[in-house]
Amino acid sequence: MINSKYFFKGLSCVKSFDSPAIALGCCMIAIGALLKNIGFNLQESVFSTFLTYALPGSLVMAETMIVGGSLLNIFFAVWLVNSRLYPMTVSLMPLMMHSNQPKWKYYISCHFVAVSAWLIMKNNYKSIARENRIDYWMGVGTATWSIAIIATFIGYISADYLNKDIMIGLAIINPVYFMCMMIGSMKTLQINSSVILGAVLGPAFYYISPEWCILFGGLISGTIAFFLGEKNVN
Amino acid sequence: MSTSVFFAILVTSLATFSSRFFGVVTSEKIKENSKIFRWFNCLAYSTLAALIARIIIFPSGVLSEVDYLIRFIVIISSIFIFFITKKNLVYPTVFSAIILALINSL
Repeated sequence: MINSKYFFKGLSCVKSFDSPAIALGCCMIAIGALLKNIGFNLQESVFSTFLTYALPGSLVMAETMIVGGSLLNIFFAVWLVNSRLYPMTVSLMPLMMHSNQPKWKYYISCHFVAVSAWLIMKNNYKSIARENRIDYWMGVGTATWSIAIIATFIGYISADYLNKDIMIGLAIINPVYFMCMMIGSMKTLQINSSVILGAVLGPAFYYISPEWCILFGGLISGTIAFFLGEKNVN
Repeated sequence: MSTSVFFAILVTSLATFSSRFFGVVTSEKIKENSKIFRWFNCLAYSTLAALIARIIIFPSGVLSEVDYLIRFIVIISSIFIFFITKKNLVYPTVFSAIILALINSL
């Protein structure tokens, strides 16, 4: 089944000082408090993180509900903001595919694809033998997913003690953390240009369509960066 | 609120899981050293960068109440701290939260 040695190795990677545990936890505390404020009960809030486990998606769900959007509105809005998970999954899973490993592991563990776990895996996969990568990944994913669920719970029960200034402080942690983590992983021409072009074109496309800007901005800048890198290597 | 919370959660998780699920389906046919894998890698990083930049420049929720200039100063100083602490991730994040909460409460 699952090789426990590598599973626990992945699980324990969140213990290090600069692991995403703190940032992820703080962001999810803010989500827990937000969900309480829009009228979710404790079970619903925890259940939401349990099933979705993607912060921007939860935010979009909350916002769409506040303005009274329909279920179709919610589906479409969440799908647009979380469609980034598709290229993220495709750029991660082939690194972990091994003929000795059963397919169910990949289909179950894809639920853990979110920025924090994805960046940890992208930065560490070379240190793990290919056959054991999926078990290591399941450990990383279980750890970050559990942190998200527990933090949502904490956020919900402490919502009454969090004033607006603290909520604003918590809200900036997520983008700052991921921005720094992405800058840290900029090591090749392709990745460097992907990150820089994405950061410029994504917001630029916001003026054309706020809903589609991430998808269009990402697609165009990623494709330009790909050809730029390929041309340079050849 | 017009929508039932239960169905909202269900719809959100379906919309999210579908991208992950089809990602695995596609991955089965893609080799690590292929060109298409490198293209997807670029797309992953660029969409992520686009998302983060959008959250910072056009935030929604409580962050949108913070002045643009203050957000800009906090972000630039966080990147600066990231580099002077030898790319440590904890210092810039903790700094950004404290400084933003402080500036905002003034």
